[in-house]
Amino acid sequence: MAQLRLPPTLPPLFADLPRRLDVDAPTVVDAITQLDERWPGLLDRLCERGPALRQHIHVYVDGRRADLDAALADGSRVDVIAAISGG
Amino acid sequence: MPKTVLLVGTRKGCFLLTSDADRRDWEVKGPYCEGWPIYHAVYDRAGGTIYAAAASEWHGTTVWRSPDLGETWEQSSEGLAYDDGGRNLTKVSGLTVEDGRVLAGAEPGGIFASEDGGKTWKLLSRLEGHPGRAAWDEPENQPPGHLGVPAIIPHPNDSGRYLAIIQGIGAFETTDDFRTWTARNQGLRADWPREYDDVGFCVHKLVRSPDVDRLYQQNHVGMHRSDDGGNSWTEITDGLPTEFGFAAAAHPHDRDTFYVVPLDPGHGRTMPDGKAAVWRTQDAGNTWQRLDKGLPQQDAYLGVLREGMAIDKEDEPGLYFGTSTGQVFASRDAGDSWAEVASYLPSISSVEVAVVD
Repeated sequence: MAQLRLPPTLPPLFADLPRRLDVDAPTVVDAITQLDERWPGLLDRLCERGPALRQHIHVYVDGRRADLDAALADGSRVDVIAAISGG
Repeated sequence: MPKTVLLVGTRKGCFLLTSDADRRDWEVKGPYCEGWPIYHAVYDRAGGTIYAAAASEWHGTTVWRSPDLGETWEQSSEGLAYDDGGRNLTKVSGLTVEDGRVLAGAEPGGIFASEDGGKTWKLLSRLEGHPGRAAWDEPENQPPGHLGVPAIIPHPNDSGRYLAIIQGIGAFETTDDFRTWTARNQGLRADWPREYDDVGFCVHKLVRSPDVDRLYQQNHVGMHRSDDGGNSWTEITDGLPTEFGFAAAAHPHDRDTFYVVPLDPGHGRTMPDGKAAVWRTQDAGNTWQRLDKGLPQQDAYLGVLREGMAIDKEDEPGLYFGTSTGQVFASRDAGDSWAEVASYLPSISSVEVAVVD
């Protein structure tokens, strides 16, 4: 299981979506796709067509910047971060 | 008792301003839509639903909907995407509700429809039916800027007939429900090079008068009037302080009365000399009156965007506009006098007015 942490802007968009949850998936994109199956539309909030991560969405796996194809191991921590700039 | 509701789209969410039929005192509620930038919010009176077009730099484009005047909201972008050529849909610019269908104008230029109340969307047209479209739709052939479809205007008596604007390209009409298109730019002016005869014009806002064949438009360069349903245009700029602006409104009962908000055409794009005013013609553009009673006349560098002004359909119409600095001004007497009814909202993109039973 990977531990997934979502940005605070996502839970208000989807009923009962927590900010932290466990996902059993081999890659980042598989994890997001799993969430999209349970909360339809979530993939579109994080990814553009392709899919590719949206410009202002970054993903980190165990503290290192990762792309959608990054592999997840049991116990991996996945942080999904929205832009920290803006006002 | 019916309520008058202003739907205000801002950079930080949607707000609702509610009044009774007197339209004197207004209650402000919001922000809604989780603070997403809202570019246009409309009310479907038949279905009782508010729709709000949103585009977030973080989370992309979506359309919010509320079936209960803002009490609850949901959003969906299912189907709001282009499948060809790798172009990403970056924004829904304008919404139109008609006959149980919600139409969304998108950027880059395209028109989507939802027939299930905003839950799913389907691409209707990228104006493929215009003979020259392949050439002007190439990104390298387009003028700089954000080029979407900000307006889709149904014909009141003719199902399947619409006018649409593509920014920087011009106005187009379809009479067969979005299959084929004809450019409607004859007589317009352009102060830049154009490669094609019938397109290359910068139409900011199109409005229809109560006479279906009488249209007005605020263009990047000048105000224009059409007396033949948009087939040809006559410039009516003389008498206005500038030729530039975005917002416009047509009187709901008088074909000759039309309102605009002239702005400085440079980078500022605010009201000239820091003195706020709406301008009105009551003779189809032959003469213009400055309307500023109750509007600030000192250090008031207010901007008003394309969807930033609305007019209701009362016998004495109420006129409303929202500014780039977060004020909403309302007139209960067709523009003769004004009151500031909200002062500190986020930067305003759109104002629409609805009567809610």
